[in-house]
Amino acid sequence: MNAHNKPAARAGLDRRSFLIGTGTAGLVMGFIDPLKIAGGVSEAMAANSFAPSPWYMLTADGGMTVYVGKAEMGQHVGTALAQIIAEELELDWRKVKLEYPDSDPKYNDPILGALITGGSWSVFMNFDTMSRAGAAGRMTLIDAGAKAMAVPAAECTANNSRIVHKSGKSVSYGELVTKGVAPRAFTADEMKAIKLKTPEQYKVIGRSVDQLDIPSKSDGTAKYGIDAFVPNMVYGKPVVPPVRYGATVKSVDDSAAKKVKGYVKTVTLNDKTGTVTGWVVVVANTYPAAKKAAEALKVTYDMGPNAKVSSESLLAEAKRLQADGSKALPFVKVGDTAAAMGGAAKTIEAEYTTEINIHAPLEPMNALVYNDGKAWHVHSGNQFPTRSIGVMCGAMDVDPKTVIHHQYVIGGGFGRRLDGDMMVVAGLTAKDVGRPVKLIYGREDDMQMDFTRPLTFQKVKLGTDASGKIVAMEHDVVSAWPTARWGIPAFLTPSLDEKKTPYDAFTVNGADHWYSIPNHLARTYLNEMAQAATPSGQLRSVAPGWTFWAVESMLDELAASLGKDPVELRLAMLDGAGSNAGGAQRLANTLRTAVGRSGYGVAKMPKGTGMGVACVSAQERNAATWTACVAKVAVDAKGNVNVQKLTLAMDVGTAVNPDGVKAQIEGSALWGLSLAMLEEAKMKDGALDVTNFDSYAPMRLSGVPDIDISIIANGLPASGCGEPAVTVIAPAVANAIYNAVGARVRSLPITAKAVQAAMKA
Amino acid sequence: MANLTINGKVQKTDSPDDTPLLWIIREELRMTGTKFGCGAGLCGACTVHLDGEAVRSCQTTVKDAGNKKITTIEGLGGKHPVQVAWVAEQVAQCGYCQSGQIMQAASLLSKNSNPTPEQVVEAMDGNLCRCMSYVRIKKAVLRAAADIRSRKEA
Repeated sequence: MNAHNKPAARAGLDRRSFLIGTGTAGLVMGFIDPLKIAGGVSEAMAANSFAPSPWYMLTADGGMTVYVGKAEMGQHVGTALAQIIAEELELDWRKVKLEYPDSDPKYNDPILGALITGGSWSVFMNFDTMSRAGAAGRMTLIDAGAKAMAVPAAECTANNSRIVHKSGKSVSYGELVTKGVAPRAFTADEMKAIKLKTPEQYKVIGRSVDQLDIPSKSDGTAKYGIDAFVPNMVYGKPVVPPVRYGATVKSVDDSAAKKVKGYVKTVTLNDKTGTVTGWVVVVANTYPAAKKAAEALKVTYDMGPNAKVSSESLLAEAKRLQADGSKALPFVKVGDTAAAMGGAAKTIEAEYTTEINIHAPLEPMNALVYNDGKAWHVHSGNQFPTRSIGVMCGAMDVDPKTVIHHQYVIGGGFGRRLDGDMMVVAGLTAKDVGRPVKLIYGREDDMQMDFTRPLTFQKVKLGTDASGKIVAMEHDVVSAWPTARWGIPAFLTPSLDEKKTPYDAFTVNGADHWYSIPNHLARTYLNEMAQAATPSGQLRSVAPGWTFWAVESMLDELAASLGKDPVELRLAMLDGAGSNAGGAQRLANTLRTAVGRSGYGVAKMPKGTGMGVACVSAQERNAATWTACVAKVAVDAKGNVNVQKLTLAMDVGTAVNPDGVKAQIEGSALWGLSLAMLEEAKMKDGALDVTNFDSYAPMRLSGVPDIDISIIANGLPASGCGEPAVTVIAPAVANAIYNAVGARVRSLPITAKAVQAAMKA
Repeated sequence: MANLTINGKVQKTDSPDDTPLLWIIREELRMTGTKFGCGAGLCGACTVHLDGEAVRSCQTTVKDAGNKKITTIEGLGGKHPVQVAWVAEQVAQCGYCQSGQIMQAASLLSKNSNPTPEQVVEAMDGNLCRCMSYVRIKKAVLRAAADIRSRKEA
C-alpha cells in the first residue's frame, strides 16, 4: 500500500522551529530548520540575521498575507489554507491577501519536502501544520498585547484581529505590528504541545467565504503563464513528430519557412533527458508568424521503435502479461486466495479496460525562459516546480541554483502540469537562440504530446461460499507507470513479496478497498510497451479512476449473479472488521446518504431507466475521502445512454470551505462523467488520434445532468475533495445501465455500440 | 497597417491582414484577458464582441474586424451584471475559459434578457470549461438575466 501520505519526517519538519520575527514589511512567521542556522536560532534572531520561510505575514495595516507554496489551479487552495491559519490566529477574515511566491525550497510542502501540488493532498496534509502556525502567531500576539496594555497575558484573549483584556480594553494586531513585536521561537516540541481548537469553536473554517482568486478570474486580470512578457522576446511554436515517443529528426528544410515575415530560425532539440524526442521549434517575432513558418517547414523523421504501436497492441500486451503472471507485483496480500478460490462454492471473473485519456487543460502548455545575465528565469504555471526545473536544468546543462521559477495561476492542471516538458522545450530553444523565448504549444501539439492517463487492463475474480459471502478476491491491474517515469525513488513503493521490487502504487491505489474479504490479492504489472510508447502522467484521480471502475462494477456483477441487492451486498461487506475499522463505517454511511437522497428502491423506474450505485475510498487508503454516487440513466434501444441525475455524498471530515468543496465535487463528478461517456484518445501507428476539441471532445454544458450533492462534515480531520468524485461516476453509470436494460459494459468510455451489443448478449 | 477600435479606443497594428485578431489583442496590445485555447473556433476561450456579436477572435482576422467595434473582457468594465453574477455564483475554478464564457453570456443577454434555461444551454454550448464549472455557469447566466431585467424595471 501507498505510504506517501504518512506524515513522514522526510522533510525534517519534526526538528524545525517556528519563528516569529520582524521582517522589512511586517511580522513574519514561518518554519526554519535550526540545523541550517549557524550559531543557533536565538543568536541569529538576536542579530536579526535569520530568514524564516514566511508562511504568513501580518502588516501594520492589520492585514495578513499568506504565502501559498501550492499551485492555484481552480481548487482555490490559497483561500482554504488561509482560512486554516486565520482560524487559530483569530484574524478578521476581510483583511486576508494571498501571494504566490517564486520558487524557493523554503516554500516546500512541509510533509512532501518539495514544491508539488496534487493528490488532493494540500488541505489534508497541511491542516495541522497551518493550524499550529496560526496558533503560535496568536500566542505571540497575546503576549505582545498584554505587554502593551500592561496587563497579565492570562487575562487576555484574541478576537477579530484584536487582543482583548477582560476589562474590555483592547489593542489591534495592526497597532502591535506597528509598535514591533518581540521575536519569538517555538521549538518543535512546543509546536506539538499547542492545543488546537475543536470543530465547535470554529469561526472561519466551515464558512463558505468567497474564494480570493475568483474576482481576478472574472474580469480578465488573472495572470497565467501564457500572459508573461519580457522585452526582446521571440515566440516559439513546436513542430512535433508523427509518433508520440521515440522519433528522431533526420532533416529540416526551412526554405519555405524563411519566406514568412518575422521568421527567426528553427531549432532542432537535442533533449538528453529524453523528455521530448524528435521535436523542432520554429522561432519568429510573433506567434502567428511562428505558426505560419511551422506549417511551411519540411521535416523528415526516423520514426523509431514505437511506430507500429496501437491501442489494440497495448491491450494485447497487457492481456499477455496478466495471463503470464510472472511479472505481477503484490500490492495487497491477505490470506491465501488460491486455496480459497479452490474451495469456493462459486467463482466469477471479468475483465475491465479504460482507453487512453488526455488532460487537455484549456491553457495550452507554455513557458517563457530567458537569462538576464545573472540567472535563468522561467515563467510558467506548474504543479511540481521542484522536479520540472530539475529536468529543465538537466536538459540545458545548467545549475538548478541559477534558475528562478516564477509561478502563475494555472489554466487547468489536472496533473498535466506536474510535468515540465514545456520548460525543457522553451529552455533549450532560449539557450540556442540567445534571446527570451515564449513558447506556446498549439492545441494539436498539446493533445498529441500529452502525458496521458494510460490504457489500463484489469482482471477481477471473486469466489463465494455457499451462502453467497465473498471468501476471496483476486485483482490484477496492468498499465504504464506514470510515477516510475519521474525517476524519484521516494515516490515508488516496495512490493509485498520477498523481492521488494519498487513499483508505482499510484497505478493500483483503490484496489486496497475497505470491504472485508478474508483472502485478498491485488497485483500490479508494468506494461513496458505502453511505458515506451505512451509516456504517461497523473490524470485527475489517477489509479482510483480505473481501480474502482473494476471493483465497483464487479460487486454489482456478483450481486446480479446472486440475486442480491447491490446496496445490501456492499453494506454487509463494509462491516469495519479488523483494519477496516472506522473507514468502512464512514463509507457505509456515505453510501446510505446517497442512496437515501436518490430515492433508490422507492420510486418505480419506467422501462429502460435504472439507478446504479458505487462507493469509493479515493484517493489513497491512508488519505481516503468517502464518496458514494447513485446514477440514474435512461437507455434507448440503440444503446444511447442519457444520464439524468447524479446523487453524490462525500464525507470530507471537515469542510474548510463548504462551497469550495461543493464546486470541486461538481467539477470532478462531471469530469468522471465525461471520462465515462465521451473522452477517448486511441493510439494508432504510435500516435494519438486526437488533434483538437472536435476529435477529443470533453463534456459541454448540454451534457450536464441534474446533480444533487451532500457534504458530510462530521468533525474528523479534513480530507481532499478535488479528485475522488471523478472515480465514482463510471461504475455508478455502468451499474445503472445494467439495472435499466440488463447490459453489462466493461470498457471505458461507454459507447452506444457497446451498450447495444451488451443488450443483445 | 490597420486601425482597430477596441474598447472604444483606436489601436494601430502593423500585422498582416490575415492575422487572427486574438494575437493582436493578446500579444501585441497585451490585453491578456482574452485567451488562446484551441486556435480553431472549438473552445470559445478567445470570445470577444464584434459590434456586440460574440465571435471567436482566433477565427476573426484583422481585416474582418477593421470597420467594427471590438469589445474584450477588459472593455466590459468589471461590474457588468454578468461579471457580478459570476462572482456571486463563485463560478471560476482555473478561470482560463471564463473571459470567453462571460463575453458569450453578455452577448446573449444583450439580445435576450429573459432566456429560458434551454436557450442558455444553446448559447453557451460552444464554450468549453475544462474544469466543468457548468452548473454554476448556467446559474450565473440566469442570475445576470434577472439582474438586468430588474435594472430595466427600476
